[in-house]
Amino acid sequence: MPLITYRDALNQALREEMQRDPKVFLLGEEVGVYQGAYKVSRGLLQEFGDRRVIDTPITEEGFTGVGIGAAMVGLRPVIEMMTWNFSMLAMDQIINSAAKMLYMSGGQFRIPIVLRGPGGAAHQLAAQHSQSLESWYAHVPGLKVVAPSTPYDAKGLLKAAIRDDDPVIFFEGETLYGSKGEVPDGDYVVPIGVADVKREGTDVTIVAWSKMVSVALKAADTLAAEGISCEIIDPRTLRPLDQAPIIASVQKTNRCVVVEEGWEYSGIGAQLACLIHRDAFGDLDAPVTRVTGADVPMPYAKNLEHLATPSPARVVEAVKHVLYMD
Amino acid sequence: MASRVVMPKLSDTMEEGKILRWLKQEGDKVETGQTLAEVETDKATVEMEAYTNGVIRKLVASPGDTIKIGATIAVIGSPDEDISALLEPAAPPPAAQARPVPTAVPIRATAPPQLVAHDAATNRALRASPLALRMAAEAGVDLNALQGSGPQGRVIKRDIEAAIAKASASQASAAPAQPVGDVQEIVLSSMRRTIAKRLVQSKAPVPHFYLTVDVAADRLWDAYRALRDESYPISLNDVIIKASASALKRHPEVNASFAGDHVKQYSRVHIGLAVAIEDGLITPVIRDADSKSLADIAEEARELVDRARNRRLQPHEYTGATFSISNLGMMGIEEFSAIINPPEAAILAVGALREVPVVEGGQVKIGRRMKMTLSVDHRVADGAQGARFLATLKRMLENPLLIG
Repeated sequence: MPLITYRDALNQALREEMQRDPKVFLLGEEVGVYQGAYKVSRGLLQEFGDRRVIDTPITEEGFTGVGIGAAMVGLRPVIEMMTWNFSMLAMDQIINSAAKMLYMSGGQFRIPIVLRGPGGAAHQLAAQHSQSLESWYAHVPGLKVVAPSTPYDAKGLLKAAIRDDDPVIFFEGETLYGSKGEVPDGDYVVPIGVADVKREGTDVTIVAWSKMVSVALKAADTLAAEGISCEIIDPRTLRPLDQAPIIASVQKTNRCVVVEEGWEYSGIGAQLACLIHRDAFGDLDAPVTRVTGADVPMPYAKNLEHLATPSPARVVEAVKHVLYMD
Repeated sequence: MASRVVMPKLSDTMEEGKILRWLKQEGDKVETGQTLAEVETDKATVEMEAYTNGVIRKLVASPGDTIKIGATIAVIGSPDEDISALLEPAAPPPAAQARPVPTAVPIRATAPPQLVAHDAATNRALRASPLALRMAAEAGVDLNALQGSGPQGRVIKRDIEAAIAKASASQASAAPAQPVGDVQEIVLSSMRRTIAKRLVQSKAPVPHFYLTVDVAADRLWDAYRALRDESYPISLNDVIIKASASALKRHPEVNASFAGDHVKQYSRVHIGLAVAIEDGLITPVIRDADSKSLADIAEEARELVDRARNRRLQPHEYTGATFSISNLGMMGIEEFSAIINPPEAAILAVGALREVPVVEGGQVKIGRRMKMTLSVDHRVADGAQGARFLATLKRMLENPLLIG
């Protein structure tokens, strides 16, 4: 199987879907002539022309609204947020229009739109450009939220998102674009709402998604050397959440650590902890423990940024804590 | 409106009760306070009263049935009302077993105030992971007997696994001693189960120590015989009760309970008497034994023992002792050590009064001797304190005029 980057996997998904369905088009800042701020849309303007790959002004609320309108009349827009930090400007369109239109129109208008772009911290992008906003969008009924961790999942999930008839919020990892993984040529889909076991184990369940899967895997390698076996579950979709594999895993290991790049307060991990306490209470030998981003605006200083972000060392520490080894 | 009659909590340690017989039948009218049934608890046979007026519409439980507290045993209502909704969950779902507490509260409130509310172990049992709780329940491991290795003494999975491993190891080593193919399994009565649980709760967490004295019982014997000859209906044990109560009054440090961060010392002396009954034992209590006459003690003891053997004791009659006495002398036991009945701090084990050769003034004579062993909770009292109490008791029994 070819080894390609996360970026190219997304590019393949866009190209294949645009070839397959003429209703699919791409809209956003720098997606055309500049080939995408992170080069995800490389070559698409040349192949599909400027009616299907459209450069917009810096107007998030405006072009998101245009996309929603296009979706209402039957097109399948893919909107690129240069990063998810800028989506705050389009919040009203996303939450008040995209998420609610099907409900408020009594089922008359489906909104088959994909809003995609990178999220999370990269390297010294500071307080305003380093945010992980999954929990903001996962909070809203009417939205589906996806956050793939590997090139394979990225391609399969983006294709599923484009084919989905509801608005899908698609979080890419800014530092994942260059990561490589095996991706088959041609068409395949990773269904929305299906989790994946990224590593099997027996002693502790680690739930992680997007960039945090690689953090968890590194921690698991360290722990394996000490004889501790970690099971890593990647939900891949944060809403709707695939609960069964998480519960089944906790029933096996009796303990769980959730690793989340975003802030702790009201994060996805809080929801997972609630779920596990509700459905696997009698199987818990320790409280669900979380490793999250620090509860501060992201510092610019490199050393502080490192300290504010979940690291394999902190995951190792949390695992030992739930195993009563600290 | 029709209502369920549920198995009430009739003793502190009761978890289930056995319906011995119904005193009302379906269709009978009942009034609040009338006796509905006789129920055998882990301690006694108790009459269960109706707490509502109406007609017995349905007797759900049959005589002989063992019912968890809180589970429905009958339905009382008006003669022709639809009670099907009340009958639906014939057996309570497992979750419902945890719910009878509201039923229990008013009943407990009417019981006489207990001297001691709880031992510290009960609270510690709550510190366990949900998984540990479940594993313990499934494996029949007593959480009270475990020291948790998690934070704040939390009992966690590995503690239960260790306990199970230990239990199966000791079972495995005990196994060869069993005659293979010749084993009869005897179902535990609720009393036997309670005894098993309570005594483990004593022996494991309570650090016992033992002090034995040999009492020169010649004068005690003479006094006892003299009273008997006067048709004074007492037993030797009644004298020991009276003497112990008097000695406790002078040594309140033994008339006490360990309560986690402090020791409770009681000014009143309530003596529990271990009474063997069919398939178990129970300890009826003689309250304020120090201030009662020997005759009163004798009469009360005889009456309590009698009702204990017929399982007719009320809960307040076998709870609240501050000290216990177990006498196996009449069974020919020379000496033995008893297990403390928590939350009491001590128990006196009395052996047989026997004729032995004693040397007196260079001559071998026939003397009467009686061995007594005191078990003491070391958290409450030390060896010297126990010894002083025992010395006082010995002196009284050797000079019966000192008693009182």
